[in-house]
Amino acid sequence: MLKITNLQKTFNAGTVNEKVALQGLDLTLQDGDFVTVIGGNGAGKSTLLNAIAGVWKPDCGTIEIDGNDVTYMPEHQRAKFLGRVFQDPMKGTAPDMEIAENLSIAARRGTKRKLIWGIKKAEREQYKELLATLGLGLETRLTTKVGLLSGGQRQAITLLMATLERPKLLLLDEHTAALDPKTAAKVLEITDQLVNENKLTTLMITHNMHDAITHGNRLIMMHEGRIVVDVSGEEKKKLTINQLLALFEKASGKEFANDRAILS
Amino acid sequence: MYFLNALPGAIAEGLIWGLMAIGVYVSYKILDIADLTVDGSICTGACVCAVLITSGVPAWLSVIIAFAVGALTGVLTGLFHTALGIPSILAGILTQLILYSVNLSILGGKSLVAIDARSHTLLLHMSNNIGAIVAAALIIIAVIVCLWLFFYTEVGLTLKSTGDNPDMSRAQGVNVKFNKVLGLAIANGIVALAGALLAQYKGSANINDGRGAIVIGLAAIFIGLSVSMKIKPNFVVSLIGVIGGGIVYYIIYNFVVLLGLKTDYLKMLSAIIVALFLGVPYLKGEYFDRKKTMRAKAASAATKNAGGDTNA
Repeated sequence: MLKITNLQKTFNAGTVNEKVALQGLDLTLQDGDFVTVIGGNGAGKSTLLNAIAGVWKPDCGTIEIDGNDVTYMPEHQRAKFLGRVFQDPMKGTAPDMEIAENLSIAARRGTKRKLIWGIKKAEREQYKELLATLGLGLETRLTTKVGLLSGGQRQAITLLMATLERPKLLLLDEHTAALDPKTAAKVLEITDQLVNENKLTTLMITHNMHDAITHGNRLIMMHEGRIVVDVSGEEKKKLTINQLLALFEKASGKEFANDRAILS
Repeated sequence: MYFLNALPGAIAEGLIWGLMAIGVYVSYKILDIADLTVDGSICTGACVCAVLITSGVPAWLSVIIAFAVGALTGVLTGLFHTALGIPSILAGILTQLILYSVNLSILGGKSLVAIDARSHTLLLHMSNNIGAIVAAALIIIAVIVCLWLFFYTEVGLTLKSTGDNPDMSRAQGVNVKFNKVLGLAIANGIVALAGALLAQYKGSANINDGRGAIVIGLAAIFIGLSVSMKIKPNFVVSLIGVIGGGIVYYIIYNFVVLLGLKTDYLKMLSAIIVALFLGVPYLKGEYFDRKKTMRAKAASAATKNAGGDTNA
């Protein structure tokens, strides 16, 4: 489904702020894989996701989604393959527009937009049903401006928008990091629900080791722009946080330097 | 008495500037771009219309062509911004400067082209203010209906989201760059249309027409929205509010002239109105937010104390 070969990216090359974010990263995802990504600050997790999404172009390497080389495809064009949820709950929705309007824009991801009515009547019914599955009471608030909702509600809607038009790959960039623990758990629950129902191939960055272990069928850990740990299947099911830390130390020769990740 | 006599004229002219303000609304409020092209494109609309009418083209056709040429000026600013990566404010200033030369050449090197209202049939003219008000109102209704329909289409919704949240728009497959160019084209098309009506109303196009138009547009938007947002904050009501803002602006303008203020100071007055509308909510926010924070702090301290007591 996703095939990344020798991906490299350096920010501010040739300056004092030079930062090697990805150094020759290889990653292949099978259809239906739910992969959690973990790693310290500056390990290149978000850089990886942004490279796949096309926020900027890599220095070298290739990215293929379902057999299509998207390495140099503009962000809005490759959006047809991708569902994205950002860390910042404000980033995924248009605040001054209604819930239904946001959803209708997402429902047309990857299709040529025309000068025809933007939301059909039948769609509103469909959105009501989908919003009801979130269990947040949003199904009666179709015409509410998204900006009036809480961060958790907006993140749930963003998830719905990302999956409304089935993406080939779902990219979740620490999408629960900015939420309070209770809301974060709810959003993760919705995530599992949507991923399982639609059998989505998913790449989820998280700072929470526990979440990384309990979700998905494969776990990768990044360090200095490379994948240093890659566990899947039965091995991942039995994994504990201590084992994961030991794996990391063995692979990188360093202690895992992210207190936030260990403590949470 | 003089003021009452001037009222129909003020309303007619206010309607035309209100139409221009709707163009500014599209760029400033919907696309979130302060587009300075407007000062040039309104004049372009006036020049194109005046030259076409004096060379025998029917008034209605001249207005449509003025709209199209205005849209092109928006495309130019849009391309400066999206294709060359120039900040939008600077892109607008560049186009504005280009348009000064273009407008001069449209006028054939003269600084003014007069339209003789007796030998040409015009859509509106200051000799018949009531007729002008009706004509301007009809055109405005047509423009508002078109915009209303457009902004509920698939394309129109993505234009709104482009201004509201470009990150979200890109993630949903919206071509943000194209939409900015399209939005600026629509905005400046409407502005040039207003310029074309203004040239007919005044019976001339002047190379200096439209200087400070963006400021008048913003003033009309702020005056209008301060009222319409209280009534019902939807699209059509907002646009009607903007038109109302244009009219109020011109009534104030006439009133101030009547009071004997030198017309030299009018542009300064417009700028001050806009500065007040932008500045007062900001200062209010600063002041009230500080008070609110202090109140919230006091309240949370109180509950903490109360909580401490129960624990003890």
